[in-house]
Amino acid sequence: MTDNMLPLMTETVLAFLPFYPLISFVLLILLGKRLSWRLAASLSIAAMVLSALSSLFVISQLSVDIPVITSHLWTWFTLSLAEGANQTNQSAASININFYLDGLSAVMISVVTGVGLLIHIFAAAYMKADENFSRFMAYMNLFIVAMLILVLADNLVLLYLGWEGVGLCSFLLIGFWYQEKANVLAARKAFIVTRIGDTALAIGLFILFKELGQLTIVDITQNAQLLWVAGDDKAYWITLLLLGGAVGKSAQLPLQTWLPDAMAGPTPVSALIHAATMVTAGVYLIARMNGLFLLAPEVMNYVAWLGAATLLLAGIAALAQSDIKRVLAYSTMSQIGYMMLSLGAGAFSAGVFHLMTHAFFKALLFLTAGAIIVALHHQQSLFKMGGLLKRLPFETALFAVGLVCLMALPGSSGFFSKEAIIAQLWSSDTAGPLLWYCAIFGALLTSIYSCRLFFLAFMGESRFEQNLQPSSSKLLKFSLIALAVLSLIGGVFANIIEMSLAEVFPLDTRIVESDPYWLHSVAIATPFVGIIFSWFYFASYRSKESAASNKNTFIASSSGIATFCRQGLAFDSFYHWLLVKPYCYLAQLNRRDVFDQLLMLNAWYVGLCHDVLKSSQTGKLRWYAAAIGLATFLLLLVLSVDVISTEAS
Amino acid sequence: MIAIPLSHILILASTLFVIGFVGVITRKNTLFILMSLEVMLNAVGVAFIGAGSAWQQADGQVMFILILTLAAAEVALGLALLIQMQRRFKSLDIDLLSKLKG
Repeated sequence: MTDNMLPLMTETVLAFLPFYPLISFVLLILLGKRLSWRLAASLSIAAMVLSALSSLFVISQLSVDIPVITSHLWTWFTLSLAEGANQTNQSAASININFYLDGLSAVMISVVTGVGLLIHIFAAAYMKADENFSRFMAYMNLFIVAMLILVLADNLVLLYLGWEGVGLCSFLLIGFWYQEKANVLAARKAFIVTRIGDTALAIGLFILFKELGQLTIVDITQNAQLLWVAGDDKAYWITLLLLGGAVGKSAQLPLQTWLPDAMAGPTPVSALIHAATMVTAGVYLIARMNGLFLLAPEVMNYVAWLGAATLLLAGIAALAQSDIKRVLAYSTMSQIGYMMLSLGAGAFSAGVFHLMTHAFFKALLFLTAGAIIVALHHQQSLFKMGGLLKRLPFETALFAVGLVCLMALPGSSGFFSKEAIIAQLWSSDTAGPLLWYCAIFGALLTSIYSCRLFFLAFMGESRFEQNLQPSSSKLLKFSLIALAVLSLIGGVFANIIEMSLAEVFPLDTRIVESDPYWLHSVAIATPFVGIIFSWFYFASYRSKESAASNKNTFIASSSGIATFCRQGLAFDSFYHWLLVKPYCYLAQLNRRDVFDQLLMLNAWYVGLCHDVLKSSQTGKLRWYAAAIGLATFLLLLVLSVDVISTEAS
Repeated sequence: MIAIPLSHILILASTLFVIGFVGVITRKNTLFILMSLEVMLNAVGVAFIGAGSAWQQADGQVMFILILTLAAAEVALGLALLIQMQRRFKSLDIDLLSKLKG
């Protein structure tokens, strides 16, 4: 292979990268149940393997000399501004199907294809018995396609295509077991709530195009920095709308309510939504548009505060959950809050790095939880678990690894990324000491709810009657072990990530010297404080005696505050009162739609004419003859009057 | 020979026509309706003959022959219909034939 061939080949590989899962999706949907489990599983996994290998290859081609690889597929359509609009540079912009690979998208595609592949392998084993297995794998593949298009898009329209594709797939997968009403409601909720954010994003894109006349991300960043100074009003509104989109997809305050309900889907879906795809889309969007966000420091500040508020709220809510998957859901929310906080503080590469490590350990946690739930015959309540340490040592070890990373204990991957975030908060322009305290308190909450989860599920006396049925599938174990290894050693990627992201985030090199000396030690010590606190506070959860003596009292606390926390600080009922109730009331008031009635007036008039004419159709011959005679007589009368009047004049 | 004024002939013809028309719309029996129709046709015939003789043109008489032929054909058809009607409805009441009522 000559040197000239290599760039061309790289471009080709990049161009095909997202399409392998698409082909697999089409085949799986068309052939459906005619495929055996073996065939369907190998098809979908093979597509993922091809994508993962392609991304490995294209990422290996990135270097200091070639920081960006682009691949032009075809021109999609051409957009032009209407006459008289604010024209700055050019009147028409062509929207291309172009793939754009730089350090940031490299991180994203490695997470999406890598973690996605492992989740696919797990899902193949986990969903083996489901009768709609091929449909499930097809949706999973489509999910990956949409996410890859999202992260590889070189313009915002193509990004929006992937964005909507991700929303659609999450709807399909959350409601995968559509025979149960709760699942369908959860799917609908996820779809509608994220749609609110999507609308904000779409409006943001319209304004962006009107102001700058183009939607290619690189051009937008360059032009915006030429045209606007920091604090510009237009940049403020555009970034605020983009933030609205990110908030919806990433389940941040105030659009976070869909995420806990999304647990209705099968466990691999939860893993996929929470780790590799979907919720990271919002973080990616802000990181990708960092050039624009830096022009709006106020919005950066909002991002940071939203992230902090979400991470605290989710941490508190996680403390009171009784469903193992809901604890993990709230912990996802709070970890995404950390990423948002980091982006808002201007620490973009730390946020993206946390996104990656979070993908590893959250996928591990969800998949292990799935394995445990299956072993317990689909029992998800923490209060019906206990004592799994001895019964399921393999799963317990993996889960412990995931929790250690989640708590960010030194040495784990979560430690490197979370400490990187916390370290940059104190002296950031758009964050500050107050947010640093929030982050520390969030870390404390994280370690407390992690310990509570671990004590309840794995220690103490077992509180279930069923026989355990651990899965012995090799595929399942392989993917879990691979994820555990990634979670543990994820920290070694820190330098690589930072180097590859340095090109994307030029303003990210911040020198932190004014920080107080105790910052790092406090940040490192916090999780341990949490562990020690919960060791004593949740002593009853881990001790064998109390659980054994009063098994029946071992239920979720029903005090007011606990219920309030369990319902995610009652946001659902708040929205119910604020939005759903008034809307239903208005709909009830206008039950006979007023405007509909106005339109129905037409129909009533036509009906009236019909009745009148119908009554003239008596079917009696003599009436018809009489009518003809009368009409002739009248006609003659008119004619004769006419003739007489002309003669008279 | 005293020439009869055209207006007299026309008054006779229209009187006959009105008599026939009133017969058509008041009679229920189909046979009588047909007979009233004949009266109406003949009223028209009288008007044509009168007009033809008033203007000394043959066209009026030609038209009358045409009307006569038409009347003969109409009677043939009408009587056939009457027989069918008698068979199906056992009556000649025209109001029974009202299936086209809207």
